[in-house]
Amino acid sequence: MLLKIGAAIVLVAALAAIAGPALAPFSPSTQELPLRLEGPTRAHPFGLDELGRDVLSRILAGARISFLVGIVVVSISAAVGTVLGAMAGYFGGILDDVISRAIDTLLAFPGLLLAIALVAVLGPSLNSVLFALTIIGWVGYARLVRGQVLRIREFEYVQAARAIGATAPRVLFRHVVPTAIPIVVVQATLGMAGAVISEAALSFLGLGVQPPTPSWGTMLNGGRTHLLDAPHLTLFPGLAIALLVLGFNFLGDGLRDITDPKGKIK
Amino acid sequence: MQRYDLTRMFSFLVRRILLTVPVLLGVATLVFSLIHLIPGDPVQSMLGEGASAESINELRTRLGLDRPLYAQYLAFLKGVAHGNLGTSLRTSEPVTSAIADRMPATFELAAAAMLVAVVIAIPLGVLAAARAGTIVDHLATTLALIGISMPNFWLGPLLALVFAVELGWLPVSGRGTLAQLVLPAITLGAPLAAVLARTTRASVIDELRELYVLAARARGVSRVRAVLKHAFRNSLIPIVTVLGLQLGAVLTGAVITETIFAWPGVGRLLIQSIGFRDYPLVQGCILLIALTYVSMNLLTDLAYGLLDPRIRYE
Repeated sequence: MLLKIGAAIVLVAALAAIAGPALAPFSPSTQELPLRLEGPTRAHPFGLDELGRDVLSRILAGARISFLVGIVVVSISAAVGTVLGAMAGYFGGILDDVISRAIDTLLAFPGLLLAIALVAVLGPSLNSVLFALTIIGWVGYARLVRGQVLRIREFEYVQAARAIGATAPRVLFRHVVPTAIPIVVVQATLGMAGAVISEAALSFLGLGVQPPTPSWGTMLNGGRTHLLDAPHLTLFPGLAIALLVLGFNFLGDGLRDITDPKGKIK
Repeated sequence: MQRYDLTRMFSFLVRRILLTVPVLLGVATLVFSLIHLIPGDPVQSMLGEGASAESINELRTRLGLDRPLYAQYLAFLKGVAHGNLGTSLRTSEPVTSAIADRMPATFELAAAAMLVAVVIAIPLGVLAAARAGTIVDHLATTLALIGISMPNFWLGPLLALVFAVELGWLPVSGRGTLAQLVLPAITLGAPLAAVLARTTRASVIDELRELYVLAARARGVSRVRAVLKHAFRNSLIPIVTVLGLQLGAVLTGAVITETIFAWPGVGRLLIQSIGFRDYPLVQGCILLIALTYVSMNLLTDLAYGLLDPRIRYE
């Protein structure tokens, strides 16, 4: 049930991101200054912002940024994390020591803190956000895959592959890693939620996507100074973030139930 | 406790503390390298485009950036070991004292948020577990997932809108009174409550399946008593661990929450220093938050080891 709701939310949001400009009633940058801060009306269902721009059109345009960040960050993090984690788990030794110490060090920074630090020195921009979130993102996958590979490499079919003389890379990437993929997919779905929320958080703090590019976090930041006279500037972008994140979380939880029958009983 | 146990415990403590040393060194190294990641000339970036060559050179010397990299690194590590993190570029105040002034506010907020989380999450999680599979459970689980998905930078302004602007019950910013603590604590505590409620539910369900609970029920112990007196007590270890490990989320959340509610803590200081390109202060705040996090994780681990003998015998 939750899986279906999650999939539906994510699908609608993805369609909005793809077809956004065609669906949007106005251009996200068109300004109608006389109507600035006006609340929702029939022409502008989500109202107008401090520069008289249509909030609905900006939310549709912002969906693109959220998906872009999610897809770029999650795909690079998952790929890098899976390869490094698999190599650390399979080969062990110095390679494992080096990768594991890097994981430990990066995990010593709570959540977004390292991303905030990196963006602070690199300067606020979309590229800095992508870089910073990827740097903190791969660690989770690496740790997960390393743990899985340590378990999987002892399975009989893996030992059999080794016994018939398959090379280490072949055993690792043909036999070991594919077994760990379902769990990586679950992690990646939840990672999309994390990337969307992190981008919005950085932009909210003024460290992410810069105006006038419409990002949901930047819009929320702009709405802060108008909480009294234009609460719709806080309400709608926040709702968009929360819904999309909820969608990915539902989807991730649902997928986990499918891949891990034990989790379902709980 | 027997002598053998004491030796095992002591060796567990020493081993766990020693394992933290490379992590601390890694954290310090990363924080040190931050200043060298600034694109172009870091000193020029701190002083802005219009700075004179003289002031650039002066600041370069003051920050030690004219020395070889290894000398800068060793000086940084020595400074960290002595609690000397340089001075703020903007106020010339020592970084450590600027941070120390803001620490009580952040700890106060973090403690209040954790209290909020525990008060909401434990009853919710236990109720969901006791009624697993029913509508009550589904409602509680969905509520927890919504709580996890709700960004605190949205929840905060929404709470301010309802309770400060519309109802006028609570102040929207500042620190000093209990009323001023309520909204920031709920904003920061709500996502933690969601995570904790999920853990509590899973952990209590695990315990309820154990034979000792079945045995208690067979002896005629009531269902409520079996849940609260037997299962819940034993499920506390994972709950306490998650609470400790969630401190990282609390510290990061504090950066956002303090910014929303103008709460004068370390998180707000960090965001302000980023705005002023006051990099020594930025480095200091990051280092301090990371060190607090590592220490809390260490304490959680040690406490876990003390509570559960299986851990220290591994």
